[in-house]
Formats: sequence, C-alpha cells, structure tokens
Amino acid sequence: MTFVARKLGFYVVALWAALTLNFLIPRLMPGNPVDQLVSKLAQKGQVTPATRHAIELLLGADTSSPLWQQYVDYLRQLAQGDLGVSVSYFPAPVTQVISQTLPWTVGLIGLSTIISFVLGVGLGTLAGWRRGSWLDNLIPVTTMFQSVPYFWLALVLLYVFGSMWQVFPLNGGYDVYTTSPGWNAPFIGSVIYYGTLPALTIVLSSIGGWMLGIRNMMVSTLSEDFIVTAEAKGLRRGRIMRTYAARNAVLPSIAGFAISLGFVVGGSIVTEAVFSYPGVGSALLSAVNSSDYALMQGIFLVITLSVLGANLLVDLLYSVIDPRTRARG
Amino acid sequence: MSITSSEIVGSVDTASVDVPAGAPPGGGRRRVPLPPLTPKLVVGLSIVVAFVLFGLLGPLVVQDPSAVDSIGMTAPSADHLLGTTQTGQDVLAQLAYATRGSLLIGAIVGVLTLVLSAFFGVVGAYAGGLTDEAFSLLSNVMLVIPGLPLVIVISSYVQDKSVLLVALVLAVTGWAGSARVLRGFTLSVRGRDYVLAARVAGERPWRVLVVEILPNLIPLLASQVVMAVIFAILGEAGLSFLGLGATGSFTWGTMLYYAQNGLALRLGAWWWFVPPGLAIAVFGAALSLVNYSIDEIINPKLRSQTRAERKGWRRRARTATVATDPTEVAA
Repeated sequence: MTFVARKLGFYVVALWAALTLNFLIPRLMPGNPVDQLVSKLAQKGQVTPATRHAIELLLGADTSSPLWQQYVDYLRQLAQGDLGVSVSYFPAPVTQVISQTLPWTVGLIGLSTIISFVLGVGLGTLAGWRRGSWLDNLIPVTTMFQSVPYFWLALVLLYVFGSMWQVFPLNGGYDVYTTSPGWNAPFIGSVIYYGTLPALTIVLSSIGGWMLGIRNMMVSTLSEDFIVTAEAKGLRRGRIMRTYAARNAVLPSIAGFAISLGFVVGGSIVTEAVFSYPGVGSALLSAVNSSDYALMQGIFLVITLSVLGANLLVDLLYSVIDPRTRARG
Repeated sequence: MSITSSEIVGSVDTASVDVPAGAPPGGGRRRVPLPPLTPKLVVGLSIVVAFVLFGLLGPLVVQDPSAVDSIGMTAPSADHLLGTTQTGQDVLAQLAYATRGSLLIGAIVGVLTLVLSAFFGVVGAYAGGLTDEAFSLLSNVMLVIPGLPLVIVISSYVQDKSVLLVALVLAVTGWAGSARVLRGFTLSVRGRDYVLAARVAGERPWRVLVVEILPNLIPLLASQVVMAVIFAILGEAGLSFLGLGATGSFTWGTMLYYAQNGLALRLGAWWWFVPPGLAIAVFGAALSLVNYSIDEIINPKLRSQTRAERKGWRRRARTATVATDPTEVAA
C-alpha cells in the first residue's frame, strides 16, 4: 500500500510543479501579455472587468496583490474549471475549444500509436527470435526512418500520395462538403479516409523504435536459463517464443507504450500542422500564432495532465505485471 | 577443443584487446582501450566527420547564401549546383551555412545536456541520502512534464530568438532522461568492491568519483551525448518548421521552414526541400550507427559476431586419424 501512496504522492508533486510552471512562465517573460490579450479581446467584443480580472489571474499583471495571493487565486480559478476565454476562437471559452478538438487528436494519434505498437512488437519479436534473418536485417532500415525528421517524411508522403498520385486527400479531418458530423456511415467512412495518410506517416516513423527495443530485449532474454529449460522440456517453439520469451521481453516496451500514450496529446502538433488536422495540436499552434495565451496555457495544462496520468498508469500497471518491482518499491 | 596454444598466442593482439574500461590492461601501463572498429562504427564516424568538415569549411568556399537574384527558383545548373530558392539565393551555400548552424546547436545542447545530466545524475547518486532524493525527484518531474509543448510555450513568449536561446531551451527540457539513466548506473557502480575499497582506504570523494566511477560511465555518457545531439537537431528542425525556431539564422530547420513557406514542394522545387531534410536524416542515421556501436560495447550480447569470429580464432577440424602435431592441445 505504501508503494501506491508513494507513487501518488510523486504525481501530486509533479502536477503541482507543472501548475506552478504554467503560473510562472508568463510572469517571467518580457512584455505585458495581459494588455496584449485584453486589447485583442476588445477588438472582438466587450471586455468586462470580471474577464479582465480572470485574465490577470492567469497571466499575472495584478500588481496590487502579492505573488502568493495571486498564486492561490490562480489555483482556485483552475479548480473551478475556468480556463478563460479564447482569443483565436472568440467568444468560445477555452474549455469548449479543448473539448471539441481533443477527440480528433486522441482518435487519430491514439489509434496510430496502438497500431504502431502492435505491429512493431510483433515484428520485433520475430526478428529477435530469428536472429540474422532478413527480418533482423530490416531493423536498421526501419530505424533509419526514425532519424528522418517526421514532418519531412510526412510532407514528402503527402506530396506523393496527395498531389502526384491523388490517392489521399490533402488536408482536413473529414469531408466538410458532403458529410455532416454524427454517428452515420458516410461521416465515419470519411473520417477513416482522411485519417489514413496521417496514421500511415506516424506508424512508419515510430515502428522502428518498437522493433529495435523488443528485439534487443528478446536477444537478452533468450540467453537465460529458463528458455533452455523450456526447450529441454520439449515445448513447441511457438509457445516458447510467445509465452516464455516475449512475455518477459515485452515489459519495458509496455512501459514505453503507456508513456507514449501520454505523449499522444502533446506529440500531435507537427502531424496536425502538416495535414491541417482539426485537433488539439493545431489549436495550440493557432493560439501561439495569435498570442492567445489563455488557450495556450489551457492546452498545456491538458497535455500535462494526460502525460502525468499516463505515467501514473504505467507505474501502477508495471507493479502488477512485473512482481519484482513490488519488492523494491 | 583442438585449438593449439600457438594459434591463441598468435591471434590475440594486445593492441586490440577490448578490456572493460575500469580494469588496467596487462603490462601495468595505463593504455586507453579503443572500441573495436566494426563496419557500423566506421561508416557512422566517417559520415559524421564528413558533415563536420562540410560545416566548418563549406562556408569558406561557397557563394553568399543571402545574395538575392532575379532569376527566381531554378533547377540545379552549373552556376548553382543545388539550384536556387524563390528569391534566387543559392541552395548549396545556404546548406553549408545551415550545416554549421545545426551542428552548433547540436554541440551546445550536447555539452549542456552532458553537464546537467552528469551533475544531477552521477553526483546525486554518489552523494546519496537527501541530495540523491532531491535530485532524483527533480529529474523525474522534469522528465514527466511534456517537452515539446513546454518548448513551444517558452519560445512563443520571446519573438526574435537566437541560436543560443533555442539551444538553451532544448537543453533545459531534454537533460532529465539522461540523468535518470546515469543515476541508475552510478547506483550500481557505487556498490562495487573496488569503489568500497577506495573509500575505506580513505580516498577523498572527488577522487573516488573521478578515478573509480567515471571511467565506467564513459561509454554510457558517450551514448547519452550522441542521443542528445540527435534530439537537439530533430527538435530544432521541428521547432523551426513550426516557425518557432531561430528564423533569423541558417539551420537545416529554418531552410525547411522557408522552403515550406515558398511552396517548394507544391511547385516541384525538390532541390530546395530535399537536401536539408536528407542532411538531417543522413546525419541522424550516422549518429545512430555510432550509438549502436557504443551499445554493443556496453552490452556485449548485442554484438552480431561472436568473439571467436572477430578475433579470427580458427578451430582445427577433428579428423579420424591421430593428430600429428605434438603441440596440439587435447580436447
């Protein structure tokens, strides 16, 4: 029980650190972000004193109250779920912008990460099992794909499959002209069609890492004694590969997978920039380009929460699947 | 085993013995052990050296990269070996200056990451107690806070960024992973017999750290620095592509940013868009090759050849007749 308590305690500390960072950064930077934001908001509509006060709490220009008082007010405002009003999507509040864009990001990036993980671990297991085969020699090639900058690969594929051979659409999340959002077949089909090319680029660029990781772990695990025992007992080779070797070798990969799930929300920025996909990443980019600090802070908070949540999940999950960590923890 | 003793003596060359970094080689002289020169290492290192030379000497021999010309976007020709950009600037000249800029960022981030992660990882783990807990907590928190969004948020508040600022931001958000790995390794080295013996003998802490512990860490440190450089170059490219990098200077990332803004790919100007991306890819691949070679040194099980193959030990085949060589060792 103390193991769980220690882990929870650590994540509370990490969350506090992230919130404090979010609080301190705009106050440490040069310039006065509050006035910029208020003037932009005033161009679009009336700015009430309550709105101005909320913005000041977020970004810190209320020089009358001491810093710790501002900090407490900021935390209280966050606890009430008020993340401010967005400039680039005026007059929508930040929470509404995030709730509209988050499902797109989670759907695309989440699915791509799962596909990449399953394919990568499967192929990597085979490569580690049959060392020196053609599959094993394919691994340096796939890891070369990882040193290619992701957006470069994505742009080249977009050019090839979007402009040269017009197989996939060039941008967007779904066909805005002929389908309307809802649980109907044309919309879902259109979502899948528009999401295939981005998913393909993500899978291609990340599969090498999974393959290499589990291949190295398989190589280490296959030299252990219990594998020799299993072979001596006369078990089938497939069973040894799956139930004895891969099951032990996949442990670090599962930890890495859970962590990369946390990065699903944060790592979508470049993908969505290249494919103009309507997710959290493009919202963050348009917020940065229009100096929409409230939306930026809100998205950063959401990304941090998802990463922390994923890491907490990994730590707790790891103690379940690998009992050795429970003894040390 | 029918290996003759003369064969063993003949093929074990003292200059190529790969001993672990902590133990002194035979003969009593402290010789720095060199890593075995596998093909992977040779290819990787030569590509890295070629890029460094291009970055150092290239800007001295090419044209002015900022000189605009009215010829606009043209394909590679005798005058401009890699064609020109939308404003008539020579792509090859820009590539040379960009190589210098990107390598500079990689070097700065590599050194900063090394210093930060060595301090928080090694010193913290060696000191133990409260220092260890505090440093470990700090690196875990920095690890968990998402890097790219943090870099974006910090970068967005400062409008005109220099190469130094981008490198600093990348280093500050990227040192935590290395620190955790180094800490784990230092904890295991700290408990080894010779370290305990040195402490009991009354060696001062800094001397134990530098003389006993650090030599074990050198392959791991090298691997972490190489990964930090890869991360820096890719991170800077991503940031610049989004328009958040050092847009005033020449780096591979800013070249891609301007190429994308000049609609290079749509207009078919592959000579502007492909070289910087290819440069990043090839340089990153070369660094990865170097990293694999270092991994093979750290974990000998990953080597693709067995020790006997590498050293050319030959086994005399067992024949049905009695061996006539009197020096043959009976199996």
